[in-house]
Amino acid sequence: MSNDSVSNLMKGHMESLAKEGKRADGRGINEFRKVTIETGMINTAEGSSMVHLGKTKVLCGIKMLIGTPYGDSPGSGTMTTSTELAPLADQSFDPGPPREKSIELSRVVDRGIRESRMIDFDGLCIKHGEKVWMVYIDLHILDNNGNLFDCCTLAAAAALSNTTIPNVQHGVADKDVKLPINCWPISCTFGKLGDTVILDATSDEEGVMTARFTVAHDENGNLRAAQKGMNGAFTDAEIREAVKTARASDNVLREALKGIQG
Amino acid sequence: MAGQTDMELIKNGIRMDGRKPDELREIKIVAGVLDNADGSCYLEWGNNKVYAGVFGPMECHPRHKQKADRAIVQARYTMAPFSVNDRKRPGLDRRSTEISYIVSQAFEKVVMVEQFPKASIRVDMQVVEAHAGTRCAAMTAASVALADAGIPMRDMIPSCAAGKVNGVVVLDLNKEEDNYGQADLPLAIIPSTGEVVLLQLDGHLTPDEFELAMDLATRGCMELYEKMRHALENSYGGKK
Repeated sequence: MSNDSVSNLMKGHMESLAKEGKRADGRGINEFRKVTIETGMINTAEGSSMVHLGKTKVLCGIKMLIGTPYGDSPGSGTMTTSTELAPLADQSFDPGPPREKSIELSRVVDRGIRESRMIDFDGLCIKHGEKVWMVYIDLHILDNNGNLFDCCTLAAAAALSNTTIPNVQHGVADKDVKLPINCWPISCTFGKLGDTVILDATSDEEGVMTARFTVAHDENGNLRAAQKGMNGAFTDAEIREAVKTARASDNVLREALKGIQG
Repeated sequence: MAGQTDMELIKNGIRMDGRKPDELREIKIVAGVLDNADGSCYLEWGNNKVYAGVFGPMECHPRHKQKADRAIVQARYTMAPFSVNDRKRPGLDRRSTEISYIVSQAFEKVVMVEQFPKASIRVDMQVVEAHAGTRCAAMTAASVALADAGIPMRDMIPSCAAGKVNGVVVLDLNKEEDNYGQADLPLAIIPSTGEVVLLQLDGHLTPDEFELAMDLATRGCMELYEKMRHALENSYGGKK
């Protein structure tokens, strides 16, 4: 996901800026880029969204199909999250089957949505042990300019909030209803740049940073999912501080998400 | 092509969506929509929605695919899982692989590949909503994206299909016509020379109907070509 070809000069520049609490694009270290969310542009999907986080662009589509539940949860619907790192989004994305980074991204987004219980899985049961709704979240990265984790979680949440259960098409009921949403998970991803921790890294910053930390909160400020990534490390204090910063900084994204609920 | 159907797809010379037999669906083309790609295009064709992005010329990977005397075009056509009514499994299936392959070859005819030995020009086409005619839509978008990337080309390639529904030869099949029609003939041409760089056909056409379908599709391509040029002019602030 990161840009491997950032020069040493740029690396030094970004690290020394970060030390002073500054960023190459003029933001503060705990500031998100501008975010815009649109919904409902894909007619073939049950729900859809397009999220711009700075110059990162993600298109999300939700499909709902009927299937059999897992044996260990016969009364619950299922959810699958996939990400497509389309080669048009970044020169470094190879065509081909999903690789580790795509799978990690999908799983982190999946956890944020699943563990927050944003969707009521028991409510997706049609016939106990036999028929349940399967929710497919497909995230299409169109432009990668850093922080796909937060952009994808936001796109997934926005698309789910825009989703209609296709009861009529599948002969389940005689009316289509909105997919009920219980809560709103928001993920915040930090990067370690030199000795500084920054929020919402761009691709250039991702190319320089040594470690990544993602944490997802619900709207009550409780933690729902987290993931540390890359081969560097955070100190214990940095992690604790990042979690606090996430709670203080995720308002911008929450407001953007509220804006589309109308 | 299902072929046999009682469905009335055309009545008194007017199609189900209100078009005449020789009319294209509405088309919107915007060049330069993506930030990372060297060139890009977003295209809406009826309800079809397609993104195309181009990178290159760049070093060709894997190495064994390099050509000592020219560049290769690596086109990739994929459909988003949510682009169709039943969720499509992500990734390349046999259909997408075939389309990617023939589109690559079509572009190698117009891109000045001889200028870039051992290089690769990557063309990525992402169909995000599909309602019949996506290969034509994707290829048209890819042409505009290649031009937007400033890749030297002899010409752009517009691509458009003709087909047959209820015994009538029509231009640019929509979803119902594609499902229940009798023939589908996607065509791509080089407008400046009239050469054909892509042609496929499935279904049933008499020799006369084939001639007519070729005429119609060619005319559709020329109409499309104008729209492609306009999109580029708009994006570069040329004449409006």
